Amino acid sequence: MNKMVTRAIIYLLLTAASIIYLIPVYVLLVTGLKSFTEVNLDTMWNLPAGLSFDSFIRAWVGDPLNGVLGLSGNFANSLMLVIPATIISAILGSMNGYVLSKWKFRGADTLFTLFLFGMFIPYQSILIPLVQTMQTLGLYGSIPGLILVHVIYGIPITTLIFRNYYAVVPNELLEAGRIDGAGILGIYRHIMFPISLPGFVVVMIWEFTAVWNDFLFAVTITSKPAVQPVTVALNNLAGSFVVEWNVQMAGALMAALPTLLVYIFLGRFFMRGLLAGSVKG
Amino acid sequence: MRRLNTDRLIAFLLIVPSIFAVALFVYGFIGWTGYVSLVKWNTLLPDFTFVGLDNYARLFANERFQIDIRNTVGFTLLFIAACLVLGFGLAVLLDQRIKGEGVFRSIFLFPMSISFIVTGVVWRWLLNPSTGVNLLVQALGFKDFKPGWYTDPTVWFVPADSLVGQFLTNIGLGVVASDKFGLSMGVIALVIAATWQMSGYTMAMYLAGLRGIPEELREAARIDGCSEWGVYRHIVLPMLQPITLSAVIILGHISLKIFDLVSAMTGPGPAFASDVPAYFMFDTTFRGNFFSQGASIAIVLLTLVAVLVVPYLVYSRRTEVER
Repeated sequence: MNKMVTRAIIYLLLTAASIIYLIPVYVLLVTGLKSFTEVNLDTMWNLPAGLSFDSFIRAWVGDPLNGVLGLSGNFANSLMLVIPATIISAILGSMNGYVLSKWKFRGADTLFTLFLFGMFIPYQSILIPLVQTMQTLGLYGSIPGLILVHVIYGIPITTLIFRNYYAVVPNELLEAGRIDGAGILGIYRHIMFPISLPGFVVVMIWEFTAVWNDFLFAVTITSKPAVQPVTVALNNLAGSFVVEWNVQMAGALMAALPTLLVYIFLGRFFMRGLLAGSVKG
Repeated sequence: MRRLNTDRLIAFLLIVPSIFAVALFVYGFIGWTGYVSLVKWNTLLPDFTFVGLDNYARLFANERFQIDIRNTVGFTLLFIAACLVLGFGLAVLLDQRIKGEGVFRSIFLFPMSISFIVTGVVWRWLLNPSTGVNLLVQALGFKDFKPGWYTDPTVWFVPADSLVGQFLTNIGLGVVASDKFGLSMGVIALVIAATWQMSGYTMAMYLAGLRGIPEELREAARIDGCSEWGVYRHIVLPMLQPITLSAVIILGHISLKIFDLVSAMTGPGPAFASDVPAYFMFDTTFRGNFFSQGASIAIVLLTLVAVLVVPYLVYSRRTEVER
């Protein structure tokens, strides 16, 4: 009996916590689905009277006559940014991880620690030279410039995940490849790469989420609305006084959707990436 | 043997681009920022006249910066404490052979996948003093629940004329009993939103840690007469210490750097109640064109993060070598 009560309390606590964690989602949905006339400070928690997708349309295409920019173009910018950045980062991370786990040279471990520090720095400490360098290279204010930035500052985490992933591959496997006459590239191609798929999934999910959600680099490197990623556009949309709450919530929901979908469908790998980013060795 | 040497060369060539990129974009750039913080470049046009530590002297005398440091310390402590307690609590609950564990876990963890900008936009609406959480709590019967959240300039601190304040003055720490060492309402609003987003992360870490503790160990303790509470106190908590350390480092560096959430949710707030150094740096540098002043904030921020992270990285390296 006593045990039953304890179990009941545990489930009660977990359910209560779940409800609290889901409150922002509820508010996003009900506010986003309301029409402008329905949004009211006193009835914030009420369900919408009917389904109105006006807010989503307004957040997506904007209201050019009143100077409100929609998110559609910026959503496309984010896609053009995140896809190449993710792929290049993953390839680079895989190469680095392979070398730093299986072809260690003198000082390789120190080098790796020096890499890791780059993942913790506040990016404010590199922004001024970064802007100057991007201007010199003619990449300031462009998507390719932002891709380059994300690839470079993604090196530490992608290297870390792949190094940990490759570290548990038995050395005998590489030895066997070497006896068969394969060199470093042959071993990578025929032995390591074929078993790297889970590692690539983890790294690509991590990078996809990080790049899609980035705001600091985006707002620093891109100043023109036409090239800005969706996080910056959402921040501008929400910061403008003429935009109603329902449109803000609809915009927030759309900006969150890609990473949310990745999380829902590939959550297992998402977890692994998170833990790889925290548990060293 | 020649083959091996060629391979070594190729290995090095594979990693050279990354070495070059990190050396330049991380270490070189930090060096350049450090140099900029020592010159007079506080206009749109660069001016590399050396001024020594002038920018730092001006910075530490600046009231906004003093408030920012107060806010960062308050935010970091409260945010880490909230995430650890909540994350550990949820992990322990989920570790009791729960039906539907996966569903609960996903619910606690999904905010991690969202950007701080989205979180900020939603929580600005939820903590709007005229509606949102306040309205909900009032509807539950607490009619006087009307905190102003991020619109409220209130700062809580130990008053100098209170008992504790007098004690602090007597032992020479009177400066602590002032609004320079307090917690602002704006920071509390930020902590609520950030904890919603990040506590699931701590939960996932603790849960992975709990799963790593062999059941036999707990069973043995129970046989030795340990209560369920005693098992946690004497077996589980000590074994989770490395996880707590990792969590503190990860959460700590996130909270010291927090910028996106402040931008989207509160801005600097009334009387800088929710301002932080990362936001001040951006404002100073890219809106005010005080590049050298901004660089000095960046270097202070980097120092704070380095004090937290470098010992941890060195320690991790050592333990890995030992294994």
